[in-house]
Amino acid sequence: MPIILDKVSHIYGEDTTMPVRALDNVSLVLPDGQFIGLIGHTGSGKSTLVQHLNGLMKATSGAIYFNGEDIDSDGFDRKMLRARVGLVFQYPEHQLFETDVFSDVCFGPKNLGLSKKEIDLRAYEALKLVGLEDDYFYQSPFDLSGGQKRRVAIAGVLAMKPDVLILDEPTAGLDPRGRDEILDQIARLKQETGITVVLVSHSMDDVAKYVDRIIVMNKGRVLYDDEPKEVFKRYRELEAVGLAAPQVTYIMKALREKGYDVSDEATTIGEAREEIKNYFARLVAARKERQGAEDA
Amino acid sequence: MSSTQQNFAGCGDREGKMGIVKVRDLIYEYIRRDEEGNVEGITTAVDDVSLDIRQGEFVAVLGHNGSGKSTLAKHLNAILYPTEGTVWVDGKDTKDDAAVWDIRQTAGMVFQNPDNQIIGQVVEEDVGFGPENMGVPTKEIWERVEESLKAVGMYQYRKYSPNKLSGGQKQRVSIAGVIAMHPKCIVLDEPTAMLDPQGRREVIRAVRALNDVERITVILITHYMEEVIYADRVYVMDKGRIALQGTPREVFSEVEKLKELRLDVPQVTLLAHELRREGFPMPKGVLTDQEFLEALEHCVSAVM
Repeated sequence: MPIILDKVSHIYGEDTTMPVRALDNVSLVLPDGQFIGLIGHTGSGKSTLVQHLNGLMKATSGAIYFNGEDIDSDGFDRKMLRARVGLVFQYPEHQLFETDVFSDVCFGPKNLGLSKKEIDLRAYEALKLVGLEDDYFYQSPFDLSGGQKRRVAIAGVLAMKPDVLILDEPTAGLDPRGRDEILDQIARLKQETGITVVLVSHSMDDVAKYVDRIIVMNKGRVLYDDEPKEVFKRYRELEAVGLAAPQVTYIMKALREKGYDVSDEATTIGEAREEIKNYFARLVAARKERQGAEDA
Repeated sequence: MSSTQQNFAGCGDREGKMGIVKVRDLIYEYIRRDEEGNVEGITTAVDDVSLDIRQGEFVAVLGHNGSGKSTLAKHLNAILYPTEGTVWVDGKDTKDDAAVWDIRQTAGMVFQNPDNQIIGQVVEEDVGFGPENMGVPTKEIWERVEESLKAVGMYQYRKYSPNKLSGGQKQRVSIAGVIAMHPKCIVLDEPTAMLDPQGRREVIRAVRALNDVERITVILITHYMEEVIYADRVYVMDKGRIALQGTPREVFSEVEKLKELRLDVPQVTLLAHELRREGFPMPKGVLTDQEFLEALEHCVSAVM
């Protein structure tokens, strides 16, 4: 279910003396099955943008098409849209409210008017997808750790069986292992179900590791829209808008400046390690060749 | 005020010169209750922790979610009191009711969410709120507001409304609000968790300047490993106890141990560690890009 944004603008307080243009002529295509990273400094328009994708906010001008249909047209089923495009807010665990984990996850599908059996099945599947153990299902969500609570909240959205899953900083405030666990789980989920995932993040290291496309927002506009390697080449421009490249990218650039014959395109530790290993393999091979020539 | 503080420090000091923060055998337990108020069990959030922090030190506390680091921090300015053991801040026992306000002035606290900490309509008003409550004369309040905002690089925003600022800027205003109370020690509980990279850089730079220039003792709790490398000492907490401690280099040399504790190391440290495992003659605990480059130079000379 692709989403198309055609020249979307959003102005807060349009009829006041201080209108703020939070989105400025944004055109994007989000095709099925992509893992997209959405980055930008605080106030760049990321959250406003994602709230347009499931119709929570209405564009001031421009149009948004879900599966070819204008979501603003008369007769468009907006309730369906909200079920198909699942949005996980920042600190979603603050929205947990039921007495046990399982009931909390059931809340969404229950509102879709499904049968009891179908609701239970979906809740069970969703909790399995986020990797929560059965032992926790009938505990109060408030007794869980921060990472577990967040998984329950994500499961609540997954139980709606969305085609597009949008996560607004899903790892904020989690410890490093919690960060990895949630993101690994989301990557696996995307593999297994083929849904589109939009990850809003402030961690360049995380974005570099997981996504296949990065959209950079600045002042309500799309600044870059490309694969991570290409986007992080523009590290100076990214710094100018309050962002950065992953730390390894800087290391590789420093190596190149020092005269090492390595590519500075690496954005993950694994890529950097391989690049350096290959460089040393070439050094060793060259030395052997030299010695061979001297011996002969 | 300062003379009484010295007297107190003199009384409590039995083991030579006492540091700004001294924690002895601290245990903090809380009782879990169900909805009817029946006791379900007891959780020990801090379990037998002792530590000494000297005036002017930069100390970092790491630990996974639920490891007890925030609970420990809340003992340092008498938000929580020990179940067992004792916490002294600048020589004063935090259990002493009469000392609570002095302690909260001595050890200021900055929390995760800047939006929950800012109350003023204008930046300089917000920063003046603390000293005003302390009964500081008006003229001195303005002096303190000016120096505090300059210390965090926010002076040019003094007339702004806080809601027009970015997250990093707001958090720096929160820090200025704390230092306007002239604390000897500032405790920051994940101050950068909600900020973008630029905001994180700004806040950490401001915190380091407070420590370097103003010699304020800094206790920084964080989940971002790269913010810790400038600390004098790092404590790593797990299950309410101190699992590791040492200089950043010592602590970050324990890559596998940190991973077991649900933590990580800075990317440059991890890259050096992975190369070392591949047989590169890399030292343990590489902390900065510069150190990495130097170490790699050695690797090159080793194969040439």
